Amino acid sequence: MTFTIDVAFIIKAIIILLIFGITLLVAMYSTYGERKVAAFMQDRIGPNRAGPFGLLQPLADAVKMFFKEDFIPAQSSKWLFILGPCLSMLTALMTSAVIPFGDSIKYEAAPGKVWDVPVQAIDVNIGILYVFGVVSLGVYGIMVGGWASNNKFSLLGAIRAASQNISYEISMGLAIIAILMMTGSLSIRHIVEQQHGGNWNIFYQPLGFIIFITCAFAECNRTPFDLPECETELIGGYHTEYSSMKLGFYLFAEYINMFVSSAMISSLYFGGYNYPGMDWVQAQLIGSLGEIAGHNVATLIGFLVFFGKSLFFVFFYMWVRWTLPRFRYDQLMNLGWKGLIPLAIVNIVLTGGAILFLKPLVMSFLK
Amino acid sequence: MQLTNRSKQVSNKQMTFAERIYLPAIATGLGITIKHFFQKKVTIQYPEVKKNLGPVFRGRHVLKRDDQGRERCTACGLCAVACPAEAISMVAAERQKGEENLYREEKYAAVYEINMLRCIFCGLCEEACPKQAIYLRHDEFVPVFTERDQVIWGKDLLAENMNNRYLRKAWTKEEAREQDIKGIDAKPRTQL
Repeated sequence: MTFTIDVAFIIKAIIILLIFGITLLVAMYSTYGERKVAAFMQDRIGPNRAGPFGLLQPLADAVKMFFKEDFIPAQSSKWLFILGPCLSMLTALMTSAVIPFGDSIKYEAAPGKVWDVPVQAIDVNIGILYVFGVVSLGVYGIMVGGWASNNKFSLLGAIRAASQNISYEISMGLAIIAILMMTGSLSIRHIVEQQHGGNWNIFYQPLGFIIFITCAFAECNRTPFDLPECETELIGGYHTEYSSMKLGFYLFAEYINMFVSSAMISSLYFGGYNYPGMDWVQAQLIGSLGEIAGHNVATLIGFLVFFGKSLFFVFFYMWVRWTLPRFRYDQLMNLGWKGLIPLAIVNIVLTGGAILFLKPLVMSFLK
Repeated sequence: MQLTNRSKQVSNKQMTFAERIYLPAIATGLGITIKHFFQKKVTIQYPEVKKNLGPVFRGRHVLKRDDQGRERCTACGLCAVACPAEAISMVAAERQKGEENLYREEKYAAVYEINMLRCIFCGLCEEACPKQAIYLRHDEFVPVFTERDQVIWGKDLLAENMNNRYLRKAWTKEEAREQDIKGIDAKPRTQL
């Protein structure tokens, strides 16, 4: 029996390591992707000197970052200055823990005894709350770093980041509540499972989706809401004083956040690892490969589907960045407080009404 | 008063609902950028691919020889006088007996140097030369130098190689005008 527990433990450890590694890898190649997408949208080619198609560019960037002088301003509070990027990175990496990357991996521990390990670091029943909690901690990294720099531009950037994140978290949460009302669960895995096949939430919550993605852009400090770091006004915003790998951590955290929020968008609204016709594919695979191997291959396909969706949204982030100009700060606040929050509340009311009146009606009609 | 007829009537009309919610405009914008995403790129990958710079480009210098391989330069110094950057210097010498196959006329440049850091590639030396001896090549750049002693080019680098002569369609402005040679031909060509 101890043997079987050990195998389960090892599989889980591998999954956790894989998720961790994939998150880092995706963030690393997002920097490359961003530069390529930017270049392509401006009719250029982009980085292509380091390795084939420039694929080693992230490595070259990392080497550059590590060899730069690690500068700490004389008047800064040293420990907080170091703590800032650490916090940013920590919170960015913590969020990917509750995202279900795939269905589950089956293996036969003993004859007739099949274990089922979900492809997810931890399946907590308050997954969404966890993500929200960690993401709202993320702003501390920016605030601490911006404040500790002892630089007016950094401080302005930090203040902007704080108020922006707080404002947009509200409407983001309200947009999610509509989803929670539909699914009745805070576990992300549960929400994904309810979108089995092509039954995605986007078809029920288009308004909620638009609100959520707008807020996700603001939460990740991405254009058109990149006011915390806007170069033209604040030089670099909260990371003006940072150099070397501390700056690298801030930038890296931003890309990790992008990937995680893309994964959240695809699991909350686009069915996660579900795709139309998945039952048929799974049946075919089980028919040809056997119960366990077929299930595992189907899980792998689901994982790839999920990954593709997430990468599409990462691309979408970049696409929007090179399309839209930055908002003015009052426009940002107007949109957040006067636009998105009322819309999100309307969305909740509409969803509630639909659940209360429309759903029984449709159900009775179907009967 | 109207100075130009480029002025436009500004419209302050109320924005429509579609304009106010901003989303259709975003969609249009995304459409434009994705169109560019798949468009042909304008970048020319410079060291590997070189753009054809056309017949009148002024690149690296060459000291021409005549058909029998004799140097045309007589060290008159007009190019050095014409040079606005004072990049050219030379030492003249008299042709000795038995050197008739080397130098076209009785006087020649024993030393002819161009400082490539000073040269601004204006082509005035080419225009000043009465013997059609110095030209700026239209097909080659001055290569990048990394050492100080590579900066000043002597005759060893400048004199024309008879096995690989420098040829072009028109040697003077008048010839170019007669042949109606147009400026830059934008077609990139592959060349290593």
